Amino acid sequence: MTLASDDKPRWTRKHLLSLEELSADEIRVILDQADAFKEVSTRSIKKVPALRGRVVVNAFFEDSTRTRTSFALAAQRLSADVIDFSEKTSSTNKGETLIDTARNIEAMGVDVIVVRHGAAGSAHYLARTVKCSVVNAGDGAHEHPTQGLLDVYTMRERFGKIEGLKVAIVGDIANSRVARSNLWALNKLGAEVILVGPPTLLSRSFEQLGARVVHDFDSIIGEVDVINMLRVQFERVKSSQFPSVREFTRLFGLTWDRFQRCKKDVFIMHPGPMNRGIEIQSDIADGPQSGILQQVTNGLSVRMAVLYLVTSLG
Amino acid sequence: MPSILIQNGTVLDPSQVFERRVDVLLRDGKIAAVGKNLGKADRVVDAAGCYVTPGLIDVHVHFREPGDEEEETIASGSAAAVAGGFTSIVCMPNTKPPLDNEGQIEFVLREGQRINLANVYPCGAITRAREGKELAEMGLMHQRGAVAFSDDGVGVGDASVMRKALQYAKMFDVVLMQHCEEPTLANGAMHSGLVSTTLGLPGVPAEAEQLMIARDLLLNRTIACPYHVQHISTAWSVELIRSAKKDGLRVTCEVSPHHLLLTDEACRGYDTNFKMNPPLRTAADVRACVEGVIDGTIDCLATDHAPHLAEEKELEFQYAPNGIIGLECALSLYIKALVEPGHIPWMKLIELMTAKPAEIVKLNKGTLKEGADADVTIIDPQRSWKIDKEAFVSKSRNCPFDGWEVKGRAVMTIVGGEVKWELA
Repeated sequence: MTLASDDKPRWTRKHLLSLEELSADEIRVILDQADAFKEVSTRSIKKVPALRGRVVVNAFFEDSTRTRTSFALAAQRLSADVIDFSEKTSSTNKGETLIDTARNIEAMGVDVIVVRHGAAGSAHYLARTVKCSVVNAGDGAHEHPTQGLLDVYTMRERFGKIEGLKVAIVGDIANSRVARSNLWALNKLGAEVILVGPPTLLSRSFEQLGARVVHDFDSIIGEVDVINMLRVQFERVKSSQFPSVREFTRLFGLTWDRFQRCKKDVFIMHPGPMNRGIEIQSDIADGPQSGILQQVTNGLSVRMAVLYLVTSLG
Repeated sequence: MPSILIQNGTVLDPSQVFERRVDVLLRDGKIAAVGKNLGKADRVVDAAGCYVTPGLIDVHVHFREPGDEEEETIASGSAAAVAGGFTSIVCMPNTKPPLDNEGQIEFVLREGQRINLANVYPCGAITRAREGKELAEMGLMHQRGAVAFSDDGVGVGDASVMRKALQYAKMFDVVLMQHCEEPTLANGAMHSGLVSTTLGLPGVPAEAEQLMIARDLLLNRTIACPYHVQHISTAWSVELIRSAKKDGLRVTCEVSPHHLLLTDEACRGYDTNFKMNPPLRTAADVRACVEGVIDGTIDCLATDHAPHLAEEKELEFQYAPNGIIGLECALSLYIKALVEPGHIPWMKLIELMTAKPAEIVKLNKGTLKEGADADVTIIDPQRSWKIDKEAFVSKSRNCPFDGWEVKGRAVMTIVGGEVKWELA
């Protein structure tokens, strides 16, 4: 394993709360660190002692399978002690749970809290409250920084660079923390981001954040290098954000017909979990141009890098 | 009651458009005389370098009593009022239980009198339990002393209920105050725009406010009940009221300090002391509110003093309650927003805080005419100070202006001829 050498930009942050606040160099530090850790996963003994004696708590206040597992495994591969804490907030105990839990966890003497919570800003709020490092594993519709990082990592792995890529992110942008984190990282690294979805799920404000906003998927289908499909949330039908899942699929689904009109080397991504046959057709998701499982694999290296870096300050 | 002679100050009385270096004599709770050589008094107050103005009036405060006495009480709220130079305040009815019957109105009035600091006037609810369904007993509450009606905290969403409320309140010619927010657009934590998009927080669009203002102006066009828009916050809201006034419609409105000084940019970082309803809007909205003050579209200034405990505010942004406290720093903030940049002169500022609010809720106050109630505020316009929430007498500390350097402050507050507060 090789760690980032001294002449490269150094990591100075105690927390990872959002990609908005990171510079392009800081993002590259994480990606390069992830490169170094990726090799560990190929060994027969998949473990390094980097975080031996450290305690990482996974505090998940929202359902999550892959992110929680990925963080737990990442911490274990760094030889940290890992504690899993899951609690779903209800409307009656909202808020109290987070602050009380945070203080209790802190009192046990932990080094990193990895937090997933349904309210935007909860990771910031936690970082203000506790003394240990905080890693945001998704806060409401705000950000999901490690997902954004593993997405750009996977794109970089595929294309060799991010600069100049055209990336479409398709679906429920308004409610997506994945879309926001991707947008920040891709913009900073020099890619062009095209956001695609109905106006009810994609406001014009995103243009001010540096994206192209498009409501006609077909109009850009042939020009993009990467298509990142977001999961359709069925409950948005009830709140009238789109009329039906059927109509959504017809307008914004990655169908076989649309796939045929893509660039030959188009790269298909999805943060999971997928609704097969709704936002993405199964044979595309499982096909040779899909990077969906690579995303999951890379998530591990990226999260190892993040846990390593936030604890590297001493 | 000892008489008081205020000397050497500049008397500023917008009700008479009067600005002169004269003395003011207070006797038996009334303004006995304004002029020179007024003779002796039991106490002489030197107001050199200060403005002597009618007591400041705030038509929009929350004193949380009954129900949430840990946040504020009529006693602590009254103390905060006089510490900010306010001699009269109007309490909103969103208490627990709400002020929706004459017994509650009576309680607030009596408690205000028992505390005997500021003049405390209750605003009754428009609808029973503030549910927006059935009219509350506005007539009986009015007879008992309610000076206005509002369901503040929420707007009356049902157009037919609001129409009837306007028709009914017109019978007493008492002002209906509306928290303008269309309920079906109200499920957000901050202003809907670039910042909410960036932060991933649900937004309340500016249209939520504008829609209800426009609706109420239409409903009230032929009814002509006194109608008052509370805490106006958007540019188009100001424009709606400007054009309604041009058309001769019966409407007044107020603006709060934070909507003259802060924008939604302040919500970056998720500090819940910047969460209020209506939310902080954009820089263009702030400019429009200032413009509305300058051209007279906005009739008065009101704090929307809304106390919350630190532990209530210490929540994830979207779950935290709305509101900030304002009484103890409002005057200085209005000076900063309006007078210091040269938007309005002192005379106009004091008018927006005395004669105008008095007119809206029909108080026989807001003047230094001889014979009027001896409610007087002495303001040192040169006094520089730093807002320190820990020094507030309010029970709560939810103030986004903590640490601001400001200039101009009330140094003495006299209510009914008695000194209720003076700066140490």
